[in-house]
Amino acid sequence: MPDPAIILAGVLNGLLAGGIYVLVAVGLTLIYGVLHIINFAHGSLLMLAMYGVFFLWRLLGIDPYVALPIVIAGSFAFGYVLYRGLIGRFSHGRDENILLITLGLAIVFDNVALLLFTGDTQTIDVTYAGTIVQVGAAFLPLPKIISFLAAILLCGVLGLVMARSQLGKAIRAVAHERQGARLVGIDVEQVFAISYGIGIACLGAAACLLMPTFYVSPTSGHAFVLIAFTTVVLGGMGSFVGAAVGGLIIGVTESLGGLLLGEQLGQIGISLIFILILLLRPTGLFGAGR
Amino acid sequence: MSRRGLGFAMGGLVLAILYPLLVRAAGAAGLPIAPNYLINVGMLVCFTAFIGQSWNIAGGFAGLMSFGHVVFFGTGAYGMAILQATYGWNPWLAWPVAAALGGGVGWLIGALAFRAGLRGSYFALITLAFAEVFRILANSVPFTRGGLGLLIKADTRPANLQFRDPIWLYYLALLLCVAALLIAWQLTRTRFGARLVAIRENEDAARALGIDVYTEKVKVLALSGAMGAAGGAFYIQKYLYVDPWIAFGVDKSVEMLLVSMVGGAGTIFGPLIGAGALTAINEVTRMLASVVPALKNVQPLSLIVYGAMLVLIVARLPDGLASLFGRRRRREVERA
Repeated sequence: MPDPAIILAGVLNGLLAGGIYVLVAVGLTLIYGVLHIINFAHGSLLMLAMYGVFFLWRLLGIDPYVALPIVIAGSFAFGYVLYRGLIGRFSHGRDENILLITLGLAIVFDNVALLLFTGDTQTIDVTYAGTIVQVGAAFLPLPKIISFLAAILLCGVLGLVMARSQLGKAIRAVAHERQGARLVGIDVEQVFAISYGIGIACLGAAACLLMPTFYVSPTSGHAFVLIAFTTVVLGGMGSFVGAAVGGLIIGVTESLGGLLLGEQLGQIGISLIFILILLLRPTGLFGAGR
Repeated sequence: MSRRGLGFAMGGLVLAILYPLLVRAAGAAGLPIAPNYLINVGMLVCFTAFIGQSWNIAGGFAGLMSFGHVVFFGTGAYGMAILQATYGWNPWLAWPVAAALGGGVGWLIGALAFRAGLRGSYFALITLAFAEVFRILANSVPFTRGGLGLLIKADTRPANLQFRDPIWLYYLALLLCVAALLIAWQLTRTRFGARLVAIRENEDAARALGIDVYTEKVKVLALSGAMGAAGGAFYIQKYLYVDPWIAFGVDKSVEMLLVSMVGGAGTIFGPLIGAGALTAINEVTRMLASVVPALKNVQPLSLIVYGAMLVLIVARLPDGLASLFGRRRRREVERA
């Protein structure tokens, strides 16, 4: 059994990693909660957003944090158009079809990236990337602390928008009762497209916050797909609080799993949680059940 | 199958049997082709059709759409490799055992997932997670030798399931492909197949009709798993090497799903048509790459085409390419 101080450091590092997962999963859970679809292209879209951040920095010298509004707006537009032009139109309203279409899109995005950007990993070089904050025995990278706080903030903002704004009300109405929402005059297709856009905009934010400490390659999305799905399933599909708690639990599990079982076998924890939750409690920790 | 369909199938079979002899004769007559390369491509089509059919049996006929079918493929591959390399079994004996292992894994996953009532997208995701668990295990436990992988000793004798002449692997793959077609054909005319289609079209209605939904689904996943494992065993017997990515990589899952979806899920010939189409795309892009230097990075190109085809098929041609061959062959089961 390792030293308690190391365990504590592992927990803190896990929480910070979990913050990233929260960012990625929030968009996924929003899309699921409203559209009842599983967006298999989520990881690939994150990868594209990360390349966006990378090229803004590389070509125009824009700092990833400064790029936040640009990338968020760009991701929203991309998601909105993608839903309007492709996903919504071609799915014929069947869940399985959307799963297959988003899988097809993921394959296309990954390989277009591979073709255009090659398989090399790219990193951003910013002065603050190496800044370390010491908490007890743990040395925590500043950018990860920032992304952790931003993740919590984003969850809060999204929760507020959903609870208070007119748009949030419409989104909830559509998520709850599609037909009824249509009858009271809500443009359901428009709400779908906007929700999908917001989900992808969250990925844009995640990409900006990730890039100072992470690398991007055409397969970067894969690392996040199963983790994001696990987060969402663990927290309960469609629940923001669930995504936040789920992401943090998974971050800590992964960190401690790696510490106790070794780097290779440690990854198994995430898949096992995923399977167990689906088998034993498919509504997740905070899910409403259907 | 209609009489005309049967005629086509018989004609195709005769052609497939004669194919290696024909390309060899054409090569000997001085035509500018590479007979062994063409035989290999034919082998690949048959093999891909076979693993595609493994997906199709569960995903197409019974509607159990899996995103992690490679879990069966990899089980068969590792079963075959471990039985030979570690325990010194003869491959002809190891092969059916490897297939049975895949059937067991299919039964286990089915028993767990269907008892928990997972359907549709949830089933797709849990199969993906199982494939990940198997990949990570293969990467970590000692008896698979982790990332190093397992080598099967090269000893080119038919008794060892290793052949000097590629023609034999071609015929073996053809045999697998035909066997899979026969299984799919049986599903269109047996009560078991009819029950599966009933479950696919409306599970609750099927249950109301008195069908034991759980048992039928577990059975078909075990059958599909055994086929996938037989395919995995065949695959590594050709290359005599297996590692966690070859055995449990996501790409193979996607390939198995794609060939059935593109060709026509739930049809007898869908996977074969899909395998033909995808192999053709693969080979054409490879050829383009060798001619046009700018395209030397080809692998992504063919995958881009695959992905786009999947989107288009779902959007515009839900019964796959098979439905282009006249309405007669279209989802026969549904109307049978």
